Parts: sequence; structure tokens; C-alpha cells
Amino acid sequence: MERLKPVDVVIVGGGWTGLLLAKEITSRTSLSVVVLERGGAAARPPENATKMDELDYNIRLRMMQNIADETVTHRHSRKDAAAPVRQYGSFHPGTGVGGAGEHWGGVSNRFLPEQFILASHLRQKFGSEKLPENIAVQDWGVTYDDLEPYYGQAELMMGVCGKAGNIKGKLLEGGNKLEGVRSFEYPNPPHKMSYLMSLFQKASVDLGYQPYPIPTATLSQNYANPDGIKRPACLCCGYCGRYGCMIGAKAQPSTTLLPLLENKKNFTLRPGCWVRRVVHRNGKAEGVSYTDASGKEFLQPADVVVLSSWTLNNTRLLLLSAIGDPYDSTTNKGTLGKNLTHQVSHGVHLYFDKPLNNFMGAGGLGLGLADFEGDLNQKDAPGVMVGGAIRATSGGEGPIGSFGRIPEGESKSNWGSDWKKAAINWYDRAGEIMAEAAHLAYRQNFMDLDPVYTDKFGDPLLRLTLDWTEHEKRQAAFLTKIEVAVGKAMGAKVGGIARGVHEHYDVTYYQSTHVQGGVIMGDSPERSVVNPWLQHWHMPNLWITGGSTFPQNGSGNPTLTMLAATYRAADAFVNRYVKKPGALA
Amino acid sequence: MKRREFITLPAKCLGGLLVYSLSGMPFRVNAQQGSVTLPLQFFTASEARSIAAACERIFPSDQNGPGAKEAGVIIYIDRQLAGPYGLDRYRYTKGPFVESVPQHGYQGKKNPQEIYRDGLQLLGADFAELDDASQDNRLRSNEGTMFFKLLRTHTIEGMFSDPMHGGNAGLIGWQLLGYPGPVMSYRDEIDKYYGRPLRRKPMSLEEITGQPVKGWEQERD
Repeated sequence: MERLKPVDVVIVGGGWTGLLLAKEITSRTSLSVVVLERGGAAARPPENATKMDELDYNIRLRMMQNIADETVTHRHSRKDAAAPVRQYGSFHPGTGVGGAGEHWGGVSNRFLPEQFILASHLRQKFGSEKLPENIAVQDWGVTYDDLEPYYGQAELMMGVCGKAGNIKGKLLEGGNKLEGVRSFEYPNPPHKMSYLMSLFQKASVDLGYQPYPIPTATLSQNYANPDGIKRPACLCCGYCGRYGCMIGAKAQPSTTLLPLLENKKNFTLRPGCWVRRVVHRNGKAEGVSYTDASGKEFLQPADVVVLSSWTLNNTRLLLLSAIGDPYDSTTNKGTLGKNLTHQVSHGVHLYFDKPLNNFMGAGGLGLGLADFEGDLNQKDAPGVMVGGAIRATSGGEGPIGSFGRIPEGESKSNWGSDWKKAAINWYDRAGEIMAEAAHLAYRQNFMDLDPVYTDKFGDPLLRLTLDWTEHEKRQAAFLTKIEVAVGKAMGAKVGGIARGVHEHYDVTYYQSTHVQGGVIMGDSPERSVVNPWLQHWHMPNLWITGGSTFPQNGSGNPTLTMLAATYRAADAFVNRYVKKPGALA
Repeated sequence: MKRREFITLPAKCLGGLLVYSLSGMPFRVNAQQGSVTLPLQFFTASEARSIAAACERIFPSDQNGPGAKEAGVIIYIDRQLAGPYGLDRYRYTKGPFVESVPQHGYQGKKNPQEIYRDGLQLLGADFAELDDASQDNRLRSNEGTMFFKLLRTHTIEGMFSDPMHGGNAGLIGWQLLGYPGPVMSYRDEIDKYYGRPLRRKPMSLEEITGQPVKGWEQERD
């Protein structure tokens, strides 16, 4: 193994949080920063135009990590045998510079204030004895108010488009009036509305609900951010989620952060470097070891190590490196690997009389309902502790993925003449209302190393133990009721569950890429792996960013919260840690 | 070296189809009538005839428009199987291979090439010569197999993917749906056409970008 020249900071993973931290450190200090990225270089916007191909990118998932090299295994409970996830289904880990931030859809909502104190909030509201069995939700150790300025920074950086509903306590029409208090309006106005959105808007107002534009990082107008990065308005081409933007209208790390880093003398980006271990001695991280694209092994010594890889891999790297106390679900001891959460993604298919022109659209283009995201009225939703963001979106659909949605009973077979006729007839008249609901953490949902299956190097895979409980099924049932009511009020024929929570967690169909936990943050080393500054409790020169630090998953999408927490960590690192290295909490 | 095999297709819809020879060199087929003979990359000629016949039953050419035959779906499938996808380069294929619960999906060892070769046995060597009803019966009795699942999925993909992949010849699939292709902008249209169809003449990615484009299946390691 070749020992490289030591650097001040090594960051594992060149996605949203890794590059954001690199940008903050290299622009505010003279420290040398190396980012190691497993995948290749990022494609730039003009090149992305030649990649607007549904088959290769939306179906074969060309922007994702090659699952042949590494995957995870899954089992529903400790009693079951795990099997490897052999093909991508329920989530899509990105690869290459920019990571999942290149292929994301751009939805940029904040989490609700109560999410950050969820354990206290639910105990206070319901009493401990009423909470679901084995519930493991925790407070984050950081509050919404702590994060608010950083949320604002992240919104300005990406140029999020939206309409505020609550600025400094003043409630504003058209925005989400039930959101946390904001300091200022969104940097850009909402997009124009698609036909589907216009139907959703009218129907939900008629039903007495409060629709608002989903905040999104696809630009509604040309925009220059405070860092001086200029990006053009989105063209609504419909090739957004699972694609890179062909003009740079969608905020991606490669277009929004990388240009600020590339010419910096104290910044080095090394793609094609697969980090295998964090090297440590006597409670101190000394660097990382990695294998490059040619198979050569290196040791990169560093004063500070930051893990910013896609959420599951941070947990895996710590387990492989034997840092921290692996979680034991039978005794509820240990912290590393606990609180694995995903998302309750549940929706219904809608069928309309008129065409929707579903091929038009943009990432995050859509409306959500403010009414069911957090606390729910227990009269309407008995036993449902947290709700979800109910949405109608026009993300842009390709003909392969959207072909074959037909109302039940229209064709006996799913092939042949009758089916073909029905599928062509209903093509472009099918839409959906989907909920992205919060997922509570439970003792029995966790991660450890798989004893059988290995990656391409022979290192053990991460094993997920995860299943739905009665609570998620109640959430899904309640949200479906609302979705059906709105769908009917939109004049649609409603039928069939889109994606959805069924009897058991299923890895074969897409739900969301919002997998969280494993290296969670919190206010005590007994219950969490990192402190509220995202610094490892037991190894002060090791920091971890991203979704792996979420104690549970909130309603809606997580990216903006990851970025806000990273901005806050960067402040703590630059203002406190650099001056006096050591534990900040 | 494997003997080169060919398939002959009706060419009325294959105008402007870009095809690749076995050596990877692109050439353009511009036949507007009669039939055209294309080199196969994976199937033998008789295998291709069976698979083409099965695709045609899944997505038939009928009174509701053209089907798998006119779109050249067989060419699409042949190229997918010959490429990295057919060899499972993007699937986790380390053992042990075990039966698991349905929520874990396909756990088998066989790659798409092998699944198709098994499937051809299920269809029988005489499949292309059977009448429609007999072909349907034989497909119906294999509906539960992984082969049929892949065949149905690939037929839809071959109908509606960009013609760079070998199917959707002459953009016939997109015309059938009114899908315009990867158009660069709907900025002025997104909030108009409420409840009205916007149906532009479809264009392929190559036509829209004015650049040669290449599918993932053409990459060889």
C-alpha cells in the first residue's frame, strides 16, 4: 500500500454534503482538502443533452452505482435469512462526482420543527404508553431554530423556488402556512403550473385543504447565487430525476459547488477512489485506505476524516473499520447501525378523461398539501403519530415507464391485443397522487455487516433488517383516504395503489432514495454516534454528514436538511474545531 | 468464430435505422420498401424468428396500429442480450444463490442470455410456425416464468425506447402514443394545453441534438 502525502482533511464521497463541506473549508481556511469519490467525473450540462434517453438512464439506471460491485442484503426480521438486493428497486444510490445530487429530482422542503424533537413531542402528545411498540425515535440534539439560518443558506445556494407560508410569524397566502417560521421568502418564485397541478389545486381548495407549491431546486427563472454561480431557468423538458440537467437549471453539486472548488490550490478531487477503511489508532482517525480504479491500494493520511458517502455506506465504513459500538437490537445496546429508516411512499393511480401531456415537467414541479404532514387530528387518523406530504407532481414521464397503466378491469391480460388497445387508450391520461410520509424508527430496524455476502473486494456487505409495522400501514391507509378524496374531486377515476406500503417491505420497486440512519446524531453518546455538530462522539477528528445522521425520517424529502446540517457543521468546524481541535460537545 | 446470423424484416418502417455490424461499425439502412436483412448479435436466425413471433403476440400489429414486428423489437432485444445487460454486468451476481421471499425479487443465477435460451426451449422450435391461437396458448402457459416477464418488459422497451437501441423503428412506437421524443423545452407550453393534447411530430435524440448518440449496450469491456 502506497502512503501518500498527508493532508489536513480527507472527505470520503463527492456528493452534495462532501463537496459543500469542501467548499466551506477551502474558502474559509487555508487547510488542504482531498475529496475521494468512488465513481467517475461529473458530466457537464451540454453533454447531458446526449443522455436524455429513458432506457439507459431511467430504466437501466446508468447514473447509479454499479450494483454488481456492491449491494446490501435485506431481511424482514432477525429470524429471517437475508438475501442480497440483486437489482435496484426501492432506492437508487448515485455514483460519480455529485453523487445522488446529480440525478435527484430537486425537491427542497424543510422538515417541520417537531421532527427535530420528535421523541419529546410524541411523548408529550400521546404519553409514552400510547406510542407504538419498540419505537426508537429520538430528538436530534439540534432544533429547527438552530438550523433555520442554515436552511436559508442552503435555499440561497441552490436557488430554491417556492412560496413562503410563514415569514417571522406572518402567515402568507399561497405558501405552506403550517411550515416552520422562516426568516425570508424563497429566493425564486414557484414554477408555472401543469394541467395536473391545476386540477389538484382546485380540488384541494374545494375540499378545504391547503395546497402549496413544492419547493424545488429546478429554477423558475435565471438565478445567480451568493457564491456567484449563475444558472438558467428550467425548460420543463421532463428529463430530470435519474438524469443530469442538460442546461444546469437543476441544482447539482457539479454545477453549483464544483465550479467554486476546481481552481482552488488547497482542493484536490480524486475520482475513481474506493475508500475501504478509516485508519485509526488510540481513538484518533489517521486517514483512510482506498483502492483506485486500476486496483492499486493507497493510504491517505489526514488530520481530519469526514465520511460523506451515500447514507448506507457511512455506516458500513464505520463497521468495517471497527469504529464505535455496533447496535444490538436484542439488548438495545450500542449505537452504530441503529435507527434505520426509509420512507412511507404511498399513492394512488388516477385516470382522467383528458390528456395530461405527462411528458412535460420538471423535477419537483408539483403541489403538496400542508394539512397532513405533521401532527394529525386523532379523530380522523386514530393511532397515526406522524403524517406525510401528499403531492401531485409533473416530473416528466417517458413512454416506457408510463406505458401500461390502465384502470382495473379494462383488460383481462397484461399482453395481447386487448391490453395494447387499453394501454394506448389510457396512455397520457394516467397520473398519481403520492405521499412521502415520515418513517418512525424502531428497535428492530437496523444495520449490521452481512455474514455471508461480500462486495467485489471481498469485504462484507451491509445487512438491512427492516420491515413495516402496523403504524406505517395505518399511515398509508389514512393518506390513501385523502388521496382518493382529492383524486375524485379532480374528476379522476381512482384505482390501484402506486408503489406503496404493503404487508412487508419490498426491495423490488422504487419507493424513494431517502434511506436514513445508522450513524445518527443526538445529544448523548449513549444514544447516538455523532454529536449535534456531526462530530463522532468518541473520535473528535472524525466527522459524518448526510442522511446517515438522521435519527428518523421526516415528511417529504431530506436533501435540504442534509445541506443545512452540513452548513452548521462547517461553521462549527471552521469557527471552533480548527482553532482548538477536540470534542465540541 | 461464430457464424454470422441474419434476420429479415419488413422494411417499410425501417427508414433511417442506424444499425451496427458485428465489428461495431455503424451503417444506415434506408430501404423504404420490400424487406431488409440485418445481422444478429446474439440470436441465431431461427431463435430470432421465434422471439420475434412471441413479441408480436405480446404487442401485436392489429387494427389499433403497428406492433412489435414493425418496430423491430427483435433487433432491440438481440442487441440488449448481446451487450453488458445480457451478461448481467449490472446485477449483483455473487453467490450463494438462495430462494427467498417475493419481496426480494429475482434471486436466480441465470443471466438474461441464459434465461432467453431456456425460454426458447419453452416456446419450442416450431413456435414461429404455429397459428396465433396456439402461440398465445403456449405463451399463456409460460406466463409465470422469468423468461416471459423479461420478454414482456423488453417488448415494451423495444416499442418505446429511442431508436438508437434498435427498436421503435421509424419512431413508430412514439407515433402510436403521440410521444414527441426528448424535446428540449416545454417552457412555453407547460401551463397551456390544459386538457388538450400537445402532439408534435416525434423526433429521436439524434435528430434533436444533431449529434450521434450511442446506447449503453454498444459499450464493450
